[in-house]
Amino acid sequence: MARKDFLDIVTLDREEIIHLLDQAKPFKDLFTRSVKKVPALNGKTVLMLFYEPSTRTLSSFEVAAKRLSADVTIFDVPHSSVTKGESVRDTIDTLQAMRADYIVVRHRLSGQPAAIARQTGASVINAGDGAHAHPTQALLDAFTLREVHPDLAGKKVLIMGDILHSRVARSTSTILDKLGVEVAYCGPGSLVPHTHFKRFTSYDEAMKWGPDAVYLLRVQKERQEAPFYPSDREYHSVFGVTQERLRRISEEGIYVMHPGPINRGVELCDDVLDYERCLISQQVENGIAARMSVLYGLKPQTS
Amino acid sequence: MSLALDPQAISTAVSRLADSIFEASVDGNIDLVGIRSRGDEVAERVFCLLKEKGANVRLGVLDISLYRDDFEHLHENPKLQSSEIDFPVDKSHIILVDDVLFTGRTIRAALDALFDYGRPASVQLAVLIDRGHRELPMVPDYVGKILETNRLDHVLVRLKNTDGEDALEITSKK
Repeated sequence: MARKDFLDIVTLDREEIIHLLDQAKPFKDLFTRSVKKVPALNGKTVLMLFYEPSTRTLSSFEVAAKRLSADVTIFDVPHSSVTKGESVRDTIDTLQAMRADYIVVRHRLSGQPAAIARQTGASVINAGDGAHAHPTQALLDAFTLREVHPDLAGKKVLIMGDILHSRVARSTSTILDKLGVEVAYCGPGSLVPHTHFKRFTSYDEAMKWGPDAVYLLRVQKERQEAPFYPSDREYHSVFGVTQERLRRISEEGIYVMHPGPINRGVELCDDVLDYERCLISQQVENGIAARMSVLYGLKPQTS
Repeated sequence: MSLALDPQAISTAVSRLADSIFEASVDGNIDLVGIRSRGDEVAERVFCLLKEKGANVRLGVLDISLYRDDFEHLHENPKLQSSEIDFPVDKSHIILVDDVLFTGRTIRAALDALFDYGRPASVQLAVLIDRGHRELPMVPDYVGKILETNRLDHVLVRLKNTDGEDALEITSKK
């Protein structure tokens, strides 16, 4: 029996993950056809409920849903009655009346998508909640890595940046761990939690570990009350991929990933984007395929 | 359960299919598209036989899972595989190939899927087995073998590459 909701990576077993990744491939193949759309979700309604601003994830879900022929409604929360004091619960009642089959939720509070999922028969997909999870990002990251390393077991991935506040770091490291990848964290000491993953606080030490891919996290200025670095330039010189570091990365054939949107001159220098093993634009394209795979794999209990 | 066709009978049906396609071909150019799963294996075997006859054949594979009309009633959506049609569908004369023709719904889905690749000049239908009981207006152009069945019978085709052996079984529901 298929799942109703897609809320995090932790509760998925390895088989489910592999299945979702395998299913994303036929969807990606559709993108080269003249008609990129299939009728699988014809007549279904997908509602985008974004309590936090997002352009990329929102558009990616929108394209994914439309390529499955679903009807898409964007419930633009920041400008809606939520700001007028309506509770999430009341909003859900309103949405129930719209008879959505799938609800894609982003919220600044951890656990909000799960709370919504319990109140509706619609399939709920977590598009990022607080510092908790961003499971579709994790899926597209694993898919992208699998394209370059079909057997991920034993590969090494270094995740760099503010690990503590990052739901991307959490979900992506969880999925990679489940696929047998060795994960390590690197960042400023106070922002790298102690987990069962390897932990570095120096860029050079981390690179000596010999990663197959470096995953740069976005410096999220908006999510921190006090910035953890005095300046962008300082972050760049300590944890960013500078021109000089790019040369070593390129010599060693290391892949570079980033969830976007990038801060040029902070996490990476401009030249990284032209580097042949930079996977950032693949990540964007694969995000659509991965989200189609998730939408296709869920079973709403609406009818 | 009864074994309705043995390996020899299946081979004969595949050959008959290939022969009739070859005879009908005007210029020896034949484009086959097999429908997953098992239609692709039938198409591949017909493809090999046509090659032996010297025809200029191209082979594609179509997965129609995303075009089915019964999603609502399935507990789990069908497992997807990639479609592989490496030649241009636009303006070509396509022969769709499937293992068993029954209600015709698979063919409806396959036509929709095919047209999303381009606009073929013509489409014909070749099936290994026609078991009757159509629910849609579909008539095959080439048939390997016609089988008399009841509407509720379950017809199961097994093929060498997909299932390890050639066989056709009919299970009757009473």
